[in-house]
Amino acid sequence: MSAKTLEPSTDITPAAVEVHDVHKWYGANRVLDGVDLTVRPGEVTVILGPSGSGKSTLLRVINHLEKPEIGYVSVNGELIGVKRRGERSEVGVPPAEGRGRLKELSERAILAQRSRIGFVFQNFNLFPHLTVLDNVAAAPVATGRLAKPEALELARELLDRVGLGEKTGAYPRQLSGGQQQRVAIARALALRPGVILFDEPTSALDPELVGEVLAVIKDLATSGTTLVIVTHEIGFAREVADRVVFIDAGKIVEQGPPHEVLDKPQHERTRDFLSKVL
Amino acid sequence: MSEPPGAAVSLAEAPPADEPSKPLTAQRVQPLRRPWRWIATAVVLVLAVQFVHGLATNPFYQWDRFGYWFLRPTILDGLLITLEVAAYSAVLGLIGGILLALARLSKSPVLRAVSWTYVWALRSIPLIVVLLFLYNFSALYRTLSVGVPFGPAFFSFDESKLATDMVVAVVGLSLNEAAYAAEVVRGGILSVDQGQHEAASALGLPKSYQFRRIVFPQALRSITPNYVNQLIGLIKSTSLVFYVSLLDLFGSAQTMGSTYPGDIVPLLLVVTVWYLILTSVVSVIQFYVERYYARGATRSLPPTPIQRLRTGLTDLRARIRREAAV
Repeated sequence: MSAKTLEPSTDITPAAVEVHDVHKWYGANRVLDGVDLTVRPGEVTVILGPSGSGKSTLLRVINHLEKPEIGYVSVNGELIGVKRRGERSEVGVPPAEGRGRLKELSERAILAQRSRIGFVFQNFNLFPHLTVLDNVAAAPVATGRLAKPEALELARELLDRVGLGEKTGAYPRQLSGGQQQRVAIARALALRPGVILFDEPTSALDPELVGEVLAVIKDLATSGTTLVIVTHEIGFAREVADRVVFIDAGKIVEQGPPHEVLDKPQHERTRDFLSKVL
Repeated sequence: MSEPPGAAVSLAEAPPADEPSKPLTAQRVQPLRRPWRWIATAVVLVLAVQFVHGLATNPFYQWDRFGYWFLRPTILDGLLITLEVAAYSAVLGLIGGILLALARLSKSPVLRAVSWTYVWALRSIPLIVVLLFLYNFSALYRTLSVGVPFGPAFFSFDESKLATDMVVAVVGLSLNEAAYAAEVVRGGILSVDQGQHEAASALGLPKSYQFRRIVFPQALRSITPNYVNQLIGLIKSTSLVFYVSLLDLFGSAQTMGSTYPGDIVPLLLVVTVWYLILTSVVSVIQFYVERYYARGATRSLPPTPIQRLRTGLTDLRARIRREAAV
C-alpha cells in the first residue's frame, strides 16, 4: 500500500492525508464547512483554533471516527471509509480525479484502515484492565499482524523508546498522566501507522508533565513520521511544525509555515486568537 | 498543625518501640465520649443473645429432628436437583441476557423492539405462571419442528418426550432469568466509558475482539454484584419448581413434611440452613470474582479476608506496644 512501490509515471506521490471539501454537521450545527487540507508524507502539521472550531472533528474525520456528510478523506492515496462504486483498487488513483459515486465500506474494512492510522486521545483511553505491556501488544495480535511473542517483544521495544521500559507490568491507573499518554503513543506506534493523529495530547496533563509527552512527539517528528497534531501549545507548534493550520468556525482560515502564520498572521481572526493564547 | 492525632502517633511509632516518644504523647488528644453509641450497642447485643438463646432452647424447633433430617438422602437428592436447576438456569439465563442486551443496544430497531418486548413481558409475568404454562405446553403444541417457516419441516420432536420436568423447570427459570440478566448486562455495558469503545475502534480491533477483550471484561466489574444478586434470587426461585412436580430441596422437605407432620418445623429449618449455605458459597465466590475484575480499576486490590486478618493483627500488636510505651 506504500506509494513508493508505484511506477514513477505518476509524477505526484499521493499525499499522506488529503481532506477534500469535507462538510460535517450535527443537526443544525455546522462543525466542518468545506475543509480542504493536504498533508505531504513526513510532514508535521499542527492544527490550531479556538474551542469549538471543529479541529478535533477534522482529526476524527481523518480516521473515520466521524463520517463526513459531504466530501471525502484519503490517506496515502486510499479513500477512508468509502470506495468508488465499480473501482477495484484505490491505490495510486489521485482521489480528486476519480469519478463515480462513493459507497460506504464494510465495518471490517474500515477497521482495517484505521489500524494503519495512529490516533492519540486527549484522555489517553488506555485499557485499564490490561497491563501497560498488554495495552501496547493487544492491537498487533488482535489484527493478526504479529504472533503474541513478537508483539510482546515489539511492545517492550516501544515502551523503552518512550522511556517506560520499567513499567511494563503496571496497570494504567498506577501511572501518572504523562506516563499514560506515553503508553498511548507506544500503543499507536505498535501498528506501525503511516500517519499519526494527536488530539490535544497534552491538554489533560498537569503542566509539569507536558514536557515529557512533547519530547516523545518531537522525537517522532524528527524521525520522519507524518503527524497531524491538534494542540494549544504554540511554542511546541513553532518548534516542530512544518505547517500550521488555523481553523475557525469549521473553515481553514489560513495555513503556512509557523513563522508566517504565528508571527505574521494575515487574518484578523488568527491575530485575535494568537493574542489570547500567547 | 491540624494533623490528626492518629497520624502523629503512627509517625512516632515508626522508630523501634523502645525509643520513647514523649513530646508527641504529651499532646495526645482525648477522644470524644459517645455514651449513646455504647447504650445502643448494649441493647442490640442483649437482643441478639436473647434471640440465639431462644433458637437454641425453644423445644418448638426440635433440633434433634433437625439433626436427623439434615443429611438424609431425600434431602440431599433434593439439594442436588436445586443445584442442577440453578446452575443450568444461571448459565442459560446469562447467555440469554447477554444476547438480549446486545440486541437492545444494537442499531436495528427491530432487534431493539424484540428485546425490549421480551424483557417487558417476562418481567411482568410471575415466574410460577411461566412455569405452569410450560408445564401445560405439550398440550398446546404436540410437536416442535425445525424447518422453513410456514413450509415443510425437517425435524420434529414429540413434545411430551422432550419436555421432562427438569427441562420445563430449567427453561422456565432461564426465560425468566434472561429478562433480568439482560438489564444487568446492559447496565454493565453502558457503564464502560465511551472512550474505551473509541480507542478500540481507532486501533482497528475487530468488532468481536472489542467486545470480548475490551468492553465486556470492564463491564463485568459492575455486572458481577448485580448478577450475583440475581443469582441468589434464582437459587431461591428454584423452590417454585415443586409446582411442576420436580422434587428440589424445598419440594423434598415439603413431601417429607406431609408424611411426618410433626417434623415440619425442623424440616423448614433444614431447608433454611441449606439455602443459607448456598448463598454464602455464592457470596464468597462473588468476592473473589469481583477482586479479579478489579485489576487495573483501582490502584491496589482490596485485601482478601486472610490478608485483612493479618494486617489487623499487626496493627493490634503495634497498638499494644504503643500503649505499653506510653
